[in-house]
Parts: sequence; C-alpha cells; structure tokens
Amino acid sequence: MSIPNGSSLLAIHDLTVHHGQLKALDGVSLSVAEGEVYAIIGANGAGKTTLLRTIAGLHSATSGAIVFDHKHISGKRAEKRARAGIVMVPEGRRLFPSLTLEENLQVGASYAREGPWTIERVYETFGFMKDRRHQKAAQLSGGEQQQVAIGRALVANPRLLLLDELSLGLAPVVVRRIYETLPRILESGITVLLVEQDVSQARRVATRLHCLLEGRTTLEGQPGDFTPEQVEAAYFGASESGSSPGGGAL
Amino acid sequence: MGWVNAIIQGILTGGLYALFACGLSLMFGVMRVVNLAHGDLATVAGYIGVGVIAATRIPFLWSVPIVVVVMAAVGYVLQRTLIQAALRRGELTTLIVTFGLSMVIENGLLQFFSANSRGLGVNQAIVGASFSLGPQVQVAWLDVVIFALAVVVLLGLQYYLSSTKYGRLIRAVADDREAAQLAGADYRHVFGVAAAIAFATVALAGTAYGMTTTIDPTTGTDTILLFAFAAVVIGGLGSLWGTLLGGVVLGVAQQVGAQLNISYELLAGYAVFLVVLVVRPQGLTARRSQS
Repeated sequence: MSIPNGSSLLAIHDLTVHHGQLKALDGVSLSVAEGEVYAIIGANGAGKTTLLRTIAGLHSATSGAIVFDHKHISGKRAEKRARAGIVMVPEGRRLFPSLTLEENLQVGASYAREGPWTIERVYETFGFMKDRRHQKAAQLSGGEQQQVAIGRALVANPRLLLLDELSLGLAPVVVRRIYETLPRILESGITVLLVEQDVSQARRVATRLHCLLEGRTTLEGQPGDFTPEQVEAAYFGASESGSSPGGGAL
Repeated sequence: MGWVNAIIQGILTGGLYALFACGLSLMFGVMRVVNLAHGDLATVAGYIGVGVIAATRIPFLWSVPIVVVVMAAVGYVLQRTLIQAALRRGELTTLIVTFGLSMVIENGLLQFFSANSRGLGVNQAIVGASFSLGPQVQVAWLDVVIFALAVVVLLGLQYYLSSTKYGRLIRAVADDREAAQLAGADYRHVFGVAAAIAFATVALAGTAYGMTTTIDPTTGTDTILLFAFAAVVIGGLGSLWGTLLGGVVLGVAQQVGAQLNISYELLAGYAVFLVVLVVRPQGLTARRSQS
C-alpha cells in the first residue's frame, strides 16, 4: 500500500465498504487538498453517501485506508473524527427536532475546535436565524433546516466539511441561496467535500470532480478537463459509442 | 370527610409513585430502554441502605447520599456494559436482558437476605409523626416529605435537562444519536450519565419506599415496577411532570377505591390505568409523538 499524497488534507486509498452482502464502494481512492471544493457526483445508489458516512466514521470500511491530516483514522469513532475536525452535514439535515434552533447550534459547538466560527457569526451569515432562534427545529422549513444543519457543523470549526446532498428536496431558488454561502465558508479556511446529484450545480462550485458509478470511480479531475458528454458517460455508465448526443441530464 | 382524606392521602402517595416512575421514564425517553429491572434495583437500593447502616452504624440520613452515589455508579456501569450490549442487538433484546436482570436480582436477594421483609430501621418517632387537617384527616409528615422530595427531584431533573450544557446533550442524543456523534458527542457516555441519573432517582425511590413500609425481595416487581409503569403510562411517556400527574392520579384512584371497599385499592388503580390507555393512549400530558 502506497502512502497517499503528503500535501493532502484527506487521502483515501483503495477504500471498500459493504452494506451487508452488497459491495457499496469498491476500491475508491481520492485525495482532497486544503482549500478545495471536492465534489462527488453520481446517480442514486452509486455509493456517494456511503463514502461520506465512511469518512465521517458512521460506517466501517471493509478494507482500505483513510488518512486525515497525515494520520490514519480508519479505526476512530465518529465522535473522535468530529473533534479532530471532520464534520458532516448529513443527508436529510438530521437536526435535533425537539431542540430549539439555538440549542441545535449549541450542541454543534459542544466539542468545537478553536476557530473563527461562533454562533453569533452563523447568525450573521444566515440572516433569518437570529429572530427565530427560540423556535423548535421541527417547525422550520426544509431550506431553513438545511441552513441550521450547516450552521451546526460550522460552529464546530471543522477543517474538513462534508456536505451530503444539500439540494435534496429543496426548491432551486433555496438551493441557490444556500450555495451562495459557500464562498464565505471557504474564506474561513474550511475545505469542503460535497456530494451532489445535480451535476451542473457540482460543476459550478467544484474545484475537483469525482464521479462514482456502482461503487467504482469512473472519472476524476478538474471540471474543465471534461466535456459534458464525458461526464454523462461516467455518470450513467453509457458506453463511449452509445451515449446520447443531447446530454440532456446535464 | 373520609373522601377528602382518601384524596389527600392519594395525592401524597402519588409523590412516591412519581419517584418510582421518573427513572423509568428517563431511561425510556433517552435510550428507548424499558428497564424491567427498575423495581428490583429500587429494592437493591433499599437493601444497600440496610447494609450500610448495619455495617457502619451511621445515622439513617447519612446513608442516603451513599446509597444514591453507589446506585448512580451501578447505573453507569450497567448501562455501559450490559444494557449497551443489549441495545446494539436491538430494542427487544433490552427487554429480555433487563427481565433476566430482574430475575437475577430477585433470586440473589432471596438467597442472601431470605424472604423476610425488612425496614430501614428509621426511628419510629419520625415515621409515625403526623399532623391533623380536620377531624378525620391525619397527614403523616413522612408522606409530605416524600412528596416534597419527588417535586424537588423533578424540578432538578427539569432544570438539568433544559438548562445545562450536558442536559442539552442528553436531549440531543435522545433525538438523534448519530447526529449527536457528528457533533462530537460520545453517545455511549451520554447514555451512561443518563442511566446514572435515573439510578440515583431509583435509589431515592427505594429508600423512600423502605421508610414508609418494609421491603422484601419481590417488592420490586410486585409493587414498584407495576406502579411506576402505571404512573408513566397515565401521565404520558417521556414527560417528567406527566409522571407526577400520573403518580397522583394512580394514588388518588387507589385511595378512593380503598374507601369504597378496602379490597378495591389495587383494582381501582389499574382500572384508571386501563381507561387512560383506551381513551388517551398518549397519556394525560399529551406531547406530540416523536418519530
């Protein structure tokens, strides 16, 4: 096993993960440099969420290595990884529904590292929150919950922020507003690894693209390196000759 | 006046029942564990009290904090080992494991302490002291003290859960333990702390029961567990003040039943329990059901 690239914040080497009998990820490797926006794309069931959950420590890998900040973390529990600076915004928001908006942020800050993000700064970034901070999280709309979930992750001052399907189930205008906060997150020195089903959205924000198909890597590189047709072929697994000319899904 | 007496005695008994119930409610609310050994553990706390007093000859009141601390430690260890292992295998397993624990405790107590019932040996002058509220209403100071203790325990729990940092973490873990892990919380430890608190209340419940009457190895399941369940269900699962209301309703129903006919005491309590289960299955203090 080769030692992954020394300059990367996160390096994954030959990662294989099973869901019971099913092989969800098959020999995936990637390397995320500091300051990057690294986007994992792929269709439903491609293994994107499994990859993120395995990095966060919620799934255990069958084989392979996860190296964060030059340390092997494969054996560490999720809470240890969170305290070390890998913080995930999980699919479906997963706020604490019986806690208020502010309490959700306070829980996020419970084991925070030193850093620029505070609950006050989250309130400045997401304008609607301050006035509604005493509302129960369950009473917020989907878009608001997504922003609280991001805020809850930010107040932990992560080094690597994992964003799982931010746009899932939200209106396009809400998705755009959420993605508008990404530059401010990057400015504060946080590296972002995100999963996105919406390829055009991913191409717009990412500095690097990584496409998964049935648990395997089908494409990896800078967004500008690929034509939409190449990305489509990697996304759907269409053969080179048989791909549709329109590229409608992109 | 007999009826007024029955209601007043019932309300006061309700405090004891709330004390039985709040640990059960907390364990279920946070870990989704229905602890069938709950009553037996209260009995164990009583026996520990008896043992501590016999061994060290310290006054009764001094033994209470010792019993509470010992039971809290037992709670933490039991949660981190046996109950956590059961939880990993599914919620049904926790029922079987705590049922088994209940059997082990009951038979262990029979083996070591025999089937004879014991009291905590509290000074009779304290247990018997009472004041009168009218020609037929005699109120025991001990019942008033236990009711006040129940209210103080519930207020303390309420404050701890709603206003402290760790209490907030306990509620977060109860809502979504995986999301709490992502925020850096070790949910196993949080569960352990919640169990320690629940067992501390169990210790108080066992001690209070041992003061009002005597305990024997089967008291836990026959009396404490059943009354705790009834109080929790009547009041509403997962609601702290619901347990007090549930305890009071159960206590009043029992006393009023006994007033009708002394053999109706338990029957009346369970009748109310069943009526609530049919008419208002979410309990009297309804909270929206959590998914």
